[in-house]
Amino acid sequence: MIDDAGLAAQLCAIDPGLGGIWIRGGDAETRDALVTAMAVGRTVRKVPVHIDDERLLGGLDLAATLAADRPIARRGLLADADGGVVVLPMAERIDAGIASRIAAVMDTGEVVAERDGLARRDPAQFAVALFDDGVEDECAPDVLTERVAFWVDLRAESRSLGESDTLVDQGSGFRRSTVEVSDNALSTIATAAATFGVHSARGSLFTLCAAKALATLANRDSVTEDDLITAIRLVLIPRATQMPAPPEEAPEPESAQQSSSDQTRPMEDVVLDAVRATLPPNLIAAIAEIGRRSASSKGRGTGVKLRAQLRGRPVGVRSGLPRGGNRLSLIETLRAAAPWQKLRRAPGDTRVRIRRDDLRIKRFQARAETTTIFVVDASGSSAAARLAEAKGAVELLLADAYVKRAQVALIAFRGSGADLLLPPTRSLTRARRALAELPGGGGTPLAAGLAMAGEVASAVRAKDRTPYVVVLTDGRGNVALDGGTNPVIARTDAEAAAKRINAPSVLIDISARPREEGRAIAALMGGRFVALPRGDAAALSQTVRAS
Amino acid sequence: MRVQFPFSAIVGQDEMKRALLIAAVDARIGGVMVFGDRGTGKSTAVRALAALLPPLEKGVPVPFVDLPLGATEDRVVGALDLERALGAGEKAFEPGLLAKADRGFLYIDEINLLEDHIVDLLLDVAASGENVVEREGLSVRHPARFVLVGSGNPEEGELRPQLLDRFGLSVEVRTPQDLSARVEVLRRCDAFERDATAFVADWAKAEKKTLKQIAKAKALLPEVEMPDVVLTRASELCMAVGADGLRGELTLMRASRAQAALDGKKAVTEKHLIAVAPLALRHRLRRNVLDETGSTARIERAMDEMFG
Repeated sequence: MIDDAGLAAQLCAIDPGLGGIWIRGGDAETRDALVTAMAVGRTVRKVPVHIDDERLLGGLDLAATLAADRPIARRGLLADADGGVVVLPMAERIDAGIASRIAAVMDTGEVVAERDGLARRDPAQFAVALFDDGVEDECAPDVLTERVAFWVDLRAESRSLGESDTLVDQGSGFRRSTVEVSDNALSTIATAAATFGVHSARGSLFTLCAAKALATLANRDSVTEDDLITAIRLVLIPRATQMPAPPEEAPEPESAQQSSSDQTRPMEDVVLDAVRATLPPNLIAAIAEIGRRSASSKGRGTGVKLRAQLRGRPVGVRSGLPRGGNRLSLIETLRAAAPWQKLRRAPGDTRVRIRRDDLRIKRFQARAETTTIFVVDASGSSAAARLAEAKGAVELLLADAYVKRAQVALIAFRGSGADLLLPPTRSLTRARRALAELPGGGGTPLAAGLAMAGEVASAVRAKDRTPYVVVLTDGRGNVALDGGTNPVIARTDAEAAAKRINAPSVLIDISARPREEGRAIAALMGGRFVALPRGDAAALSQTVRAS
Repeated sequence: MRVQFPFSAIVGQDEMKRALLIAAVDARIGGVMVFGDRGTGKSTAVRALAALLPPLEKGVPVPFVDLPLGATEDRVVGALDLERALGAGEKAFEPGLLAKADRGFLYIDEINLLEDHIVDLLLDVAASGENVVEREGLSVRHPARFVLVGSGNPEEGELRPQLLDRFGLSVEVRTPQDLSARVEVLRRCDAFERDATAFVADWAKAEKKTLKQIAKAKALLPEVEMPDVVLTRASELCMAVGADGLRGELTLMRASRAQAALDGKKAVTEKHLIAVAPLALRHRLRRNVLDETGSTARIERAMDEMFG
């Protein structure tokens, strides 16, 4: 894998149209080596996680504006990086809004900033290096990974790239337009994309670009089968969403060289066989992970929502002093001061005179937005029919949350523990999918479910949102926090976890004959207790909404 | 700025192209929303449309404004001209993007990620066709009639229902599943990357043809008749699928007329109605947002029953 990463970086240096690379894991040394290989001496700019629009896209230069008496723009980081490499060192933490802005610039090759009374266009073509630590579900935002050709996972890699690896200058010429591509090669790429279930046109286009860049790297003027095989391995395989069907006659595709001498078979078959032969053994696991990623972690929403909550919704400006956390609105301050300049200036004075009265600060309206955390008991004791009803109720509540633009999170517990199926999100599409895929059966680890609800609730509160916990269970927990099945420990664990939920809550008893356990847990949570009216999801949804 | 990929050279995606052409013919349609997965050529198609719009008058091209994410309110609605204010102490209005987009198109890529307060502002202006600015001692109002075109990926966040409802037409774009279409996409993109200027020149004829088609359709539009029979069918269809409100019927009617005009016909037939119904209605069904059966399927089913 490490060699793939090196190769990918070299290819990006040849053809910036490849967008860049996405590296999961990898140590600092490797990352530096890759960026150096991509940049081949061109500009490298790092995008810190907390960058704001002004620095990213450009904005008003205060010092220059005051000195010159007219608005002076300052270029943003992306425009500065034109012709070079943009590095996102902690891509998994980047704010979704910032990621989209970078993606928009990658698409058009220019920065269009309409901000602070300025309208600027600057060329900005660059390759992007996305690095994330590859911890569990956290990964770089999809809008960006989609736009880079190479995805390399170095998490299992023991070696690191160092000085011994010669990744240096390949002539760095931008020569892709001279490389010939046959129709055969094009249909091979299209077939491979279909075979591996890569539906975005970008996947195929990047494969084509990569094949051409590989030919360039080897100083050839046409794309060979080997180029295609490598390009497919580098670009398409990591994006694969399905396994290829096994080869029909099951030949022994030992090596690409052997296959390429075989002139009688169509190119598609030859190349696909060769690619199959190079498939990493853990591909199935990797594909499963892609599936999980797309199902569960799209809107990790760490950035935007967190920041948006700290800042709230901007609702204009008011006069005041920028202190105590208030933020100065420079542009509005200048606008306030502008009409008075003639009066305030002494003859011959050209400085802008700003007085205390002119200062304007930004006003934000913090929204008391709620995040509803659904905790669904998917154990065997919640009979299948009841689980379906609970799902129906949750769906209705989700629809309601959607109208109010509230966030929802979904926790399910069954077997030996609880899963956060859906971190707080606004995407109904994802919520619906997570819910539909919710399996049932196994023990009732109520304690684990409640404990996780408590954690999510605190996380939600940390983002200035109001958590609201909805637990759907029969209340009969029989699995303890440590996975043991001692009923007494299971109950005490559940009770302790219930007490720790510090949020408005409701417990909905979904058992056929509601009993005291549910009511007791609800009391410990300090929440309401509702028995699910049999077979009536709409009534349940009413109940919860009313509370 | 990069050379734009020609509209006519986009492989497939007929529904999206149709919606954009209809919007180009009749601005009152109320805009187009394009939903789609990544890498389906949403923004390529919308940006390419700019080249196909017949000029408003001789020498006056139709404005096509690309609203960037991160645009601030003052640039959208317009504000005090800072340069003149600081330098000369004059109070002058510097028009914003809405003024620029007047009589033209306003395109917002990733519209579902646009900040809420900008969205509110756009809704207000789009509904009234007028931009009212009251700030920094300025009091300005100017017409701002534009066709709003949005695109976005629903996986990355839902669009607010209020905003969705404002769009006249909505389109869902998917990657072509057909192998030969995929190969053709690759071939054309390759040719475009190789030599964009030559590629655009190769397609110039097709582009010109589309431009003419739009211009002709615009001229023909006032003459296009909507027979009562078809009108009745349109109302029946709206009722059958449960499309809320009059807006759906109106849009369906206007879109069918624009489609007839694009086909060079002076009277709307059921064929036109069928061609545009999914575009005009799919986002207006009284819906359970969680309903798994897509709106498109529901409309198609209803049309199958009605038109056989």
